[in-house]
Amino acid sequence: MPLLAVENLAIDVERDGQTHRLVHDASFSVERGETLAIVGESGSGKSLSALAVIGLLSEGLGIAGGSITFDGRDITKLDEQAHNALRGSEISMIFQEPMTSLNPVRSIGHQITEGMRLKLGLSRRAAKARAIDLLEEVGISDPAQRLKQYPHQLSGGMRQRVMIAIALACKPSLILADEPTTALDVTIQAQILSLTSRICRDHGVGLVLITHNLGIVARYAQNVAVMYGGRIVEQATAAELYRAPMHHYTRGLLSSVPRLDIPRNVPLSPIAGAPPDPLQVVPGCRFHPRCAAATERCGQEVPAPHHHGGHQVACWHPVIERPEHAMVQA
Amino acid sequence: MASYILRRFIGSVVVMWAVATLVFFMLRLVPGDPIAAMLADAGGPEEMEAMHRRLGLDRALVVQYGIWFWNMLQGDLGSSIYGSRIPVTQIIVEAIPRTLSLSLLAFVIAMVIAVPAGILSATRRNTLTDNTVSFFAFLGLSMPDFWLAILLIIVFAANLQWLPAIGYTPIDEGLWEWFRHLILPAIAIGTAFSAIIARMIRSSLLEVLSSDYMRTARSKGLTPWMLMWGHALPNAMIPVITVMGIAFALLISGAVVVENVFAIKGLGRVLIEGILNRDYPVVQGAVLVVSAIFVFSNLLVDLLYGVIDPRIRLH
Repeated sequence: MPLLAVENLAIDVERDGQTHRLVHDASFSVERGETLAIVGESGSGKSLSALAVIGLLSEGLGIAGGSITFDGRDITKLDEQAHNALRGSEISMIFQEPMTSLNPVRSIGHQITEGMRLKLGLSRRAAKARAIDLLEEVGISDPAQRLKQYPHQLSGGMRQRVMIAIALACKPSLILADEPTTALDVTIQAQILSLTSRICRDHGVGLVLITHNLGIVARYAQNVAVMYGGRIVEQATAAELYRAPMHHYTRGLLSSVPRLDIPRNVPLSPIAGAPPDPLQVVPGCRFHPRCAAATERCGQEVPAPHHHGGHQVACWHPVIERPEHAMVQA
Repeated sequence: MASYILRRFIGSVVVMWAVATLVFFMLRLVPGDPIAAMLADAGGPEEMEAMHRRLGLDRALVVQYGIWFWNMLQGDLGSSIYGSRIPVTQIIVEAIPRTLSLSLLAFVIAMVIAVPAGILSATRRNTLTDNTVSFFAFLGLSMPDFWLAILLIIVFAANLQWLPAIGYTPIDEGLWEWFRHLILPAIAIGTAFSAIIARMIRSSLLEVLSSDYMRTARSKGLTPWMLMWGHALPNAMIPVITVMGIAFALLISGAVVVENVFAIKGLGRVLIEGILNRDYPVVQGAVLVVSAIFVFSNLLVDLLYGVIDPRIRLH
């Protein structure tokens, strides 16, 4: 049984008295100690799916269907109090903006220890000792001194390390990382990602890594789900997805990222057009207006996800390559 | 930090000096002669001149100012020019506890109402609770304090006879008696203050509640109490404290009017009587003290910032 199994998740937003569906039929699962990357552009519904799992969808947003099974329990059926009991101790989250995600007027020490004191019932002294251990583990020097400091005294990378320490504080079994490195310098990004994935592997924690950068997930994730316009369009192991992407959107994403193994004079090929407005209804496959391979059917019928050679792909005309034509070696 | 406090202290003293000087000259520009008022028809020109000389009012304005200023530096604010010539310091020392009791009680009552009202309003935005709080806040803001004071006297003192309508009892003659005499005037001047603070807390809290760090705090599974008191309020109170410094002025100016309605001989009443009688030393002394309260309460607010916001803690 997987640690987290999301099935046919649908998320709706209520705006001006109208209901719009932002996430359709999303299904994915994560095992303990394993990393799943959810990749997509902004507005593709990837962050919403994570927020639904931890139960922090903002006002006006709601789960409209499907199930989220965590550790054998469907958490969509929990009341707010029971869901709150899971937060921090079972499921925790790392957010995108380290600069604004920490409370500016509370000390680092308070922000790390308050959860432990509440959830693990630790004494002040024990919580402080554990906080020092955690800061050491996430690579912060002089941890005892840092506990007394405030967020403004730390750099962005440091703050994100503190966020990781906070996420780990109550020994959760699942961590959702929502674009944890987007706001950081490129040199820091790799450090934070490898730190997060190493810690999750070491502690047997399941990790959902949300990102818009398909290039960075290859090294850290076992499985990848690609989201477009509120749907998961392709899902496979990272190696398989890079070896032979089947959905035209996935292929577009891969060929729009600069690579070291492709000659420099080959121009990048961007995906034409812009991602759809999440509130606008697009009949058929939501990618068809931007897809070179689109046919009449693509604009009429929504393709259901189906299994194909280790991939799960939602496309009427998936690209099926023979191994010798594979785009890259994973 | 020490040098900051010192600099601010010196600045505050300069402000007080400017206010005192301004008042000194403005008072003398106001038409009306205290001696003429005092002697009425009883004295001829000689008596008036003798009186002027005796009180030093015959000298050049600059010389009068110099003498007053020099005495003030030595802690002597002069004496009332009337009757038994009570020293101004004595009048003020008697009046200060009354005005401060009144203002502080008004402040406490206002906060006790404003904080929960603001929280309720923000956490239940656009519900009946929020609208009710907003309704009473605007009602409170719209009622002039002297009118509310009269209304309170009519209802609670005259009709129900629960509370005394006028007067003041010092706190050392019994807490209850002190409280009983002050509660109505405190409500009268605290209502508008409370309404302003409740509205401020609401808008400030709404902004804080939608911030990224509140989402982080929620993701830790904290209790609603920890979220509100541990994370939201410490941030939401920062702008509120700024307004509190300014709104404290509202309390003091409210006290001036309301003390007269309730016949409490506090600073406000001393000031008004002084002005009506052209009792120069009394007015000058009272204004000096009121400006000191103003300036130092604002200094206190600035220092409070450092306590609740580590980002502007001064080294």
